[in-house]
Amino acid sequence: MTTQVTTPNEVLPPPTERYTILGWLHKNLFSDWFNSILSIIAGAFVFVIVRGLLRWLFVTAQWAAINDNISLYMKGQYPGAEDWRLWLLIYLAVLLTGLMWGVFMRRTSAITWVLMMMPLILGGWVFALGKPSWWLVALLDIVGIAGYLLAKRFPQTSKRLTVTLLLLYMPLVILVIRGFGETGFLPRVGTNLWGGLLLSLLLAIIGIVFSFPIGVLLALGRQSKMPALKTLSIIYIEVIRGVPLITLLFMGQVMLPFFLPAGLTIDRVIRAVVAIIMFAAAYMAENVRGGLQSIPQGQFEAADAIGLSGMQKMVHIILPQALRTVIPVLVGQFIGLFKDTSLVALVGLLDLLGIARGILANPSYIGRQLEVFAFIALIYWIFSYAMSYAARRLEISLGVGER
Amino acid sequence: MSRKLLIVLAVLILSVLVLGACASNTTADKPAEQTASEPAPQEQPATKSTLDVVKERGKIICGVNQAVPGFGFLQSDGSFAGFDIDFCKALSAAVFGDTSKVEYRPLNAKQRFTALQGGEIDVLIRNTTWTLTRDTELGANFAPTTFYDGQGITVRKDSGVNTLEDLAGGSICVAAGTTTELNLADQMAARGIDYTPVVFETADETTGAYLDGRCDAYTTDKSGLVARMSLFPNPEEHKILDETLSKEPLGPVVRQGDDQWFDIVKWVVFATFTGEEMNINSQNVDDAKANATDPNVRKLLGLEGDMGQKLGLSNDWAYNIIKMVGNYAEIYDRNLGPDTVFNLARGLNASWVDGGLLYAPPIR
Repeated sequence: MTTQVTTPNEVLPPPTERYTILGWLHKNLFSDWFNSILSIIAGAFVFVIVRGLLRWLFVTAQWAAINDNISLYMKGQYPGAEDWRLWLLIYLAVLLTGLMWGVFMRRTSAITWVLMMMPLILGGWVFALGKPSWWLVALLDIVGIAGYLLAKRFPQTSKRLTVTLLLLYMPLVILVIRGFGETGFLPRVGTNLWGGLLLSLLLAIIGIVFSFPIGVLLALGRQSKMPALKTLSIIYIEVIRGVPLITLLFMGQVMLPFFLPAGLTIDRVIRAVVAIIMFAAAYMAENVRGGLQSIPQGQFEAADAIGLSGMQKMVHIILPQALRTVIPVLVGQFIGLFKDTSLVALVGLLDLLGIARGILANPSYIGRQLEVFAFIALIYWIFSYAMSYAARRLEISLGVGER
Repeated sequence: MSRKLLIVLAVLILSVLVLGACASNTTADKPAEQTASEPAPQEQPATKSTLDVVKERGKIICGVNQAVPGFGFLQSDGSFAGFDIDFCKALSAAVFGDTSKVEYRPLNAKQRFTALQGGEIDVLIRNTTWTLTRDTELGANFAPTTFYDGQGITVRKDSGVNTLEDLAGGSICVAAGTTTELNLADQMAARGIDYTPVVFETADETTGAYLDGRCDAYTTDKSGLVARMSLFPNPEEHKILDETLSKEPLGPVVRQGDDQWFDIVKWVVFATFTGEEMNINSQNVDDAKANATDPNVRKLLGLEGDMGQKLGLSNDWAYNIIKMVGNYAEIYDRNLGPDTVFNLARGLNASWVDGGLLYAPPIR
């Protein structure tokens, strides 16, 4: 390299590389004999794998086990006449998403993405409820965008509406899905009929929603200066973290009946949910503690200096920063939790995996393990990836990493 | 600062507790509704018979396995079907005159007896082997065996294995937590054969591992072996050894301490046997009832003798079973017989008239 002295207006742009396909191939794959051999081996390997996969997908695989049972995978034995309840909840969820983006997100670039993602995911689910009505899915998009526009048009009203809906949504979900009374408008649908993806999602969402506040409390408890509180938090966290989730689930399903008075039974789904919440809260606590410890002492002192009370300090200064720091970890945990819900299949609940096992025992579909498990793996992946994607958008919006 | 924090924490914990209480209130309605018909916790549970509980609840809670080919599985419309399921339906037909009054509760092998003892289910019909320990220590009562099974071993034909002894030093694939695993260990220990068990959680995994060549042999109940082998890529390359490692009588199980309910479950099974013995099936049962002159048939179908009332049921209990579910032969053929992929020979499960073990005491 020779050093050239140039005046500013003589600065040349860096040379742009222009290759033909052959040129690109030569540079990247066949630059010398060793690379060429590697490229050929890798190419052959990819070719064999892809060919095998395609052949399996389109020739060998028999998809009847999926096609015939799609509504079973999605909602288990939930009665078809009550599908409208699930629709209602999905519409509400999309509206809520639209409102939330309108109200809370300052940058609008992400909006289009998420508004497209949500209805597509939910739409796929809805589609699978057994009635392939695309217009209902399209309507979902419209509802979502309407929510967003509403939020932009009437910020104050929408904010109150959004917060109210947000707080009421989970209880509403449980109430609507479950219903009450033997007859009437919303007849009760026993939890024994909840199944498939519906049950998996419910377990995961309830687990996440409830374990989060408990986890934050436990983290604060562990950081607290009160010896009793601190000891209890530590004992809880360490005991629960030292036990596999499947053990907790088995305790709930097998041991609990012995401790209850004769004749009293607690719903099996509730037992599973409680075990999942207990388990997730302990991990959540440690993740949040990581966030709390990353906050510099100066932040605490600054909060004290401007005369904030202990609670104000936590709520307005420390927690927002701490939680923002640990978003990636928390999302990782949520994704793990969602996949962990498949363990309930081992204690006899008919979640996505449980339903799959029941279908595989049907003589008509025996031996179709590969297709069925590939299908439910795809479903788990779609939801996990959607969570991960939404979290990345959230990180960008909140400016994580640009403190 | 720390005091205020403490107050905040206290309030938050309290709110979580309240929330939890609310949640369990909304969701505890179900058990509350269940227990409203079941004895309230304060009462003595023994004062109310299982039959009364079941009738008040309006359905039988039947513990099943939802993932055994032929015995219990999910159909595309979301309903359960299978050999075991049909006996749940027969029980429902006898008690309610309607096969749909059953809540099926899928249970795994480890939780089934706890569920029975804890009163979560009324009857367990889930390919459960009758053993002395289970009958005594687990507080269970076994109704007549509905399916006589025995543990067998599948090997590859070209492996040259013909007896258990030939498997010395080999590995055997087996499912965990079942009597199968224990029987295998007992038999091999008794004969002093050295082997490596390769243990899996489910039957699918076990067969998969065997087919992948991870074990020299694969063991489970012979009915299961036959069912699985029919689905192997090349069934003709495998064979089942003649030796039977164990007796596996499978049948319904009820809680100890309620003889009336035990009697009902027993006689529901016997009614299906009797139907076959008398050649009465779901097709001809109406004819048989209209033209019955044989006192035994008349007693079975509720035309004389008040047999149903003696059980605490209506007198057409057996008629309902046969009409709505069928006799034993129909149940067997529907789920395991020649028209199914399993095509399982009746063997020990034939009526005693045909040289099998199914023998019902007289209904009189």
